Amino acid sequence: MTEATSARSPLSVLIVAGALAGLVSALFGVGGGIVIVPILVGFAGYDVKRATSTSLAAIIVIAIWGTIAQGALGNVDWSAAALIGIPAMLGVTVGVAVKARMSTARLEIGFAILMVVVAVLLVAT
Amino acid sequence: MGADVAVMVFGVFAGAVSGLFGVGGGVLFVPTLTLIVGMSELHAQATSLLAIIPVAVLGTWRERATGRVDFRDVAVIGVASVGTAIIGSLLADVAPERVLRVGFALVLLWTAWRIFRGVRRGDREVAPAAASGDD
Repeated sequence: MTEATSARSPLSVLIVAGALAGLVSALFGVGGGIVIVPILVGFAGYDVKRATSTSLAAIIVIAIWGTIAQGALGNVDWSAAALIGIPAMLGVTVGVAVKARMSTARLEIGFAILMVVVAVLLVAT
Repeated sequence: MGADVAVMVFGVFAGAVSGLFGVGGGVLFVPTLTLIVGMSELHAQATSLLAIIPVAVLGTWRERATGRVDFRDVAVIGVASVGTAIIGSLLADVAPERVLRVGFALVLLWTAWRIFRGVRRGDREVAPAAASGDD
């Protein structure tokens, strides 16, 4: 293990995060952030704010791969994507602004609660 | 009509969640598309991936000034995800819906458990490099 300099996360952790995120993303239609954030926090020494910011950027790349693959298979509904994605662009601006004022611990707990809620929703329906 | 408005409202909410928690918003896009629009799990997931892209681009652009986005790490994660993303898409195309749902839920619960544990353990954040033999 390296000492000091909180930055520069180990390559192996990033590669595992990417590989798992790609799989989960394509399988479950998410960007992979639900996997990337905990891995960056748990194994790469990121605080949750940096982890969520970096995760969001990585998701761009991951979602592009998934969209290309799913698009080729004919599974993408463009108008539905616009219907939900365009309003979401409004939301993301708000979310980023709120995050800037939120404590790390709150952000982590909120993240965990979100995951539980969605998990329950998915299995219950 | 009413359903469209509901989808848009959930879209805004999903975007906010995305900006807050660094997820693409898919965690909420998918249930919204299946439950409200009535899409199949597979089509909802595929469509969610496309919807995520502009959201993540805008969110990242907004975050750039904070200096919290590590673009080297982004590049490594992004490149590492190519192969598995393609494999996952092929699997998603043939895997049964129920399995996908339960699988997704398990991933989420596992993630939440890790975080709760981490918050409890790490209340005193970054204790100096002290003992490396923690557990």
